[in-house]
Amino acid sequence: MSNTQMKSGLELRDLSIRLGDRLLVDVDLVIAPGEIVTLMGPSGSGKSSLLGHICGTLPPVFDVQGVVCLNDTVLDGLAPQDRHVGILFQDDLLFPHLSVGGNLAFALPSSIRGKTERRARVAGALESAGLAGFAERDPATLSGGQRARVALMRVLLSEPGVLLLDEPFSKLDRGLRDQIRSFVFDLARKNGLPTLMVTHDPEDGQAANGRVIALD
Amino acid sequence: MLRFVPIITLIFMVGPVSAGLIGTILPSFGILPALGGDGASLDPWRALLAQPGLDHSIRLSLLNGLAATLISVVIVMLFCAAWQGTRVFRVLQRLLSPILSVPHATAAFGLAFLIAPSGWIARLVAQVAGWDRPPDLAIIHDPLGLAMIVGLVIKEIPFLFLMTLAALPQADTDRTAQVTASLGYGRITGWFKVTLPRIYPQIRLPVLAVLAYSTSVVDVAIILAPTTPAPLAVRILGWLSDPDLSYRFMASSGAVLQLGIVLVAMGVWIGGEKIVGALGRNWAVDGRRLAHDGWLRHGAAILAIVAAGAVILGLVVLLVWSIAGFWAFPDVLPRNFSLRLWAREFDALGDSLAVTLIIGVPSVLVAIALVLGCLENEVRTGFRPRKRVMWLIYLPLLVPQISFMFGLQVFFTLVGLDRTLFSVVLAHLVFVLPYVFLSLSDPFRALDPRYGQTALCLGASPNRVFWQVRLPLLTRAVLTAMAVGLAVTVGQYLPTLLIGAGRFATVTTEAVALATGGDRRMIGIYGLLQMMLPFAGFALALLIPAILFARRRGMGGNNRI
Repeated sequence: MSNTQMKSGLELRDLSIRLGDRLLVDVDLVIAPGEIVTLMGPSGSGKSSLLGHICGTLPPVFDVQGVVCLNDTVLDGLAPQDRHVGILFQDDLLFPHLSVGGNLAFALPSSIRGKTERRARVAGALESAGLAGFAERDPATLSGGQRARVALMRVLLSEPGVLLLDEPFSKLDRGLRDQIRSFVFDLARKNGLPTLMVTHDPEDGQAANGRVIALD
Repeated sequence: MLRFVPIITLIFMVGPVSAGLIGTILPSFGILPALGGDGASLDPWRALLAQPGLDHSIRLSLLNGLAATLISVVIVMLFCAAWQGTRVFRVLQRLLSPILSVPHATAAFGLAFLIAPSGWIARLVAQVAGWDRPPDLAIIHDPLGLAMIVGLVIKEIPFLFLMTLAALPQADTDRTAQVTASLGYGRITGWFKVTLPRIYPQIRLPVLAVLAYSTSVVDVAIILAPTTPAPLAVRILGWLSDPDLSYRFMASSGAVLQLGIVLVAMGVWIGGEKIVGALGRNWAVDGRRLAHDGWLRHGAAILAIVAAGAVILGLVVLLVWSIAGFWAFPDVLPRNFSLRLWAREFDALGDSLAVTLIIGVPSVLVAIALVLGCLENEVRTGFRPRKRVMWLIYLPLLVPQISFMFGLQVFFTLVGLDRTLFSVVLAHLVFVLPYVFLSLSDPFRALDPRYGQTALCLGASPNRVFWQVRLPLLTRAVLTAMAVGLAVTVGQYLPTLLIGAGRFATVTTEAVALATGGDRRMIGIYGLLQMMLPFAGFALALLIPAILFARRRGMGGNNRI
């Protein structure tokens, strides 16, 4: 990533989220490109609300103060689809009505034109995930690890400026978990994505090998 | 634009009901300028009260409506309590869903052919008892209206059952049943003491809709109810159809009275709820467990199976009659079969199917578009309608049809839209909309919202998310809702008859018109014809997703969507 130096990453300035009288989250944080920050907290502590707010999909019942900035662009007020914020949940959420390739092509920006070119990009993404030739497959026939990798490739193809991880490994088998963790973390670093992970599994934080912030 | 859809949808439902009620109440006090009623007067009411046997008609409507509702509710609750979570339950669940699509009139005809003195049951008994002529009993059109109660019950059970089914998951019923069982309670007692109080609030509106329907129904009553005198709603329709136009004033008073009867029935029901609730609170904690309730459980299963069986056997006997040649009593089957009548009626059948579709297709398309708009708007704004709005959605099902359809006809005449396809479709929409909404809202809201969020974060616009993610994922639910809508418009008798002023001969208006003639072969044909469109609709709702997503295992019936 040649222009990594010019990007300032993800900034959460004096960000607080309230539901009624209850303060759910209160953070002030800058995540540099390629840096992985882990937010630890018990469930119900509002971690997912924070990610929802960054995505722009948080329901209006929440009361939010503060500013979210991505590479010096203020995200607040932008529609979710214009934010270039990629998110992975604990479920892969592959669209069951589309093929594996269809899922990836859904994410590919329309600026990439031409059937051949789009197919090539999808095939390339599958290959780099060790899933060459999977484009026509039904996502329901894939293993958990394969699905997790397709889900990550789908996010990356949408050319996000930041990666959000919402307990992304908690539903994977133990053996698989380490493998998918390093797959995700390596690609996030390689793509210079500022990455914010929320989790309640301390191992996730250790594996990320970055700052760990505890929410209470 | 999208944010106006909910209010437009409500106007489509509440507007005609309100306009219709006004158009009924004014003539009931003598005000209907088109027919020369210029001044307010109580004459229509005096004429109505002078009708012979009016008190008898009122009593029939009120008592039969309450009885049919109570019996349906009790059977459904007993069956759910006894068998929920078992294989028997799942079997009946599969059986009852298609039965829901059988129009009321078809089910009523089928029942009549089963239980009439010369019906199938009597023919079977005759084999054993050695009868050579039908017993001399008034079983259909019996003076107490018992046949009508049974006819309503067999059709309301599937509706209430499916509504209960939708409420069950919210009460965590399977684990509740484990807890009550481990505390030593019999299945039924445990369910009635713990689960029923939690789910009843959610099936209350459907129950009241059943009550309003049963108290004011016209088509089933024409087929099964006593005739001398008939229940009030049937008599009102008679006055409305009288060539002497001055009868319309009295008919309007009758329609207002009918509304009053429904309100009284609801008052009685709600009073009963209160009493049962008060007694139930004591009963719930008195420790009685009825641990051995096998006899009651089996009784509940038998009642539910008999109810479902009556509808299915009724369809079979309709089919047999439609192709029967010579069929004397007490033969169980006709001597010979013939398709002659089907062939003779072929053109006429095609015409009435076409008319039914000309009304049904636009109604269903408008309804599904509006309902999808409402639900999509919910997702985008994050605001769910409040509980009170549900009352408005149920409003067309709580106000008796006959109490506002005549007024709506008056209204359409006033604005010059009487007897048009447009006004008939509008009248059908009043009933199609609530059912389509009720059918689609649960699956739509149950769709994992993270699919939409993920798609948005991948850069897809909200419209693209709707068309390429939400809609395809909900293909089966959307098609099912459309099939429900089609079944509702096909079954409409009164709106088609009154708003269309006889111009639109659908399969249902033709079938009910045959009721008084008593030509069993023709009734068999038209009864089956009524079934055909709803059945085809539900078949397509199963088939289309199966073909579209043949290679997508995640789109199967038991996925997490």
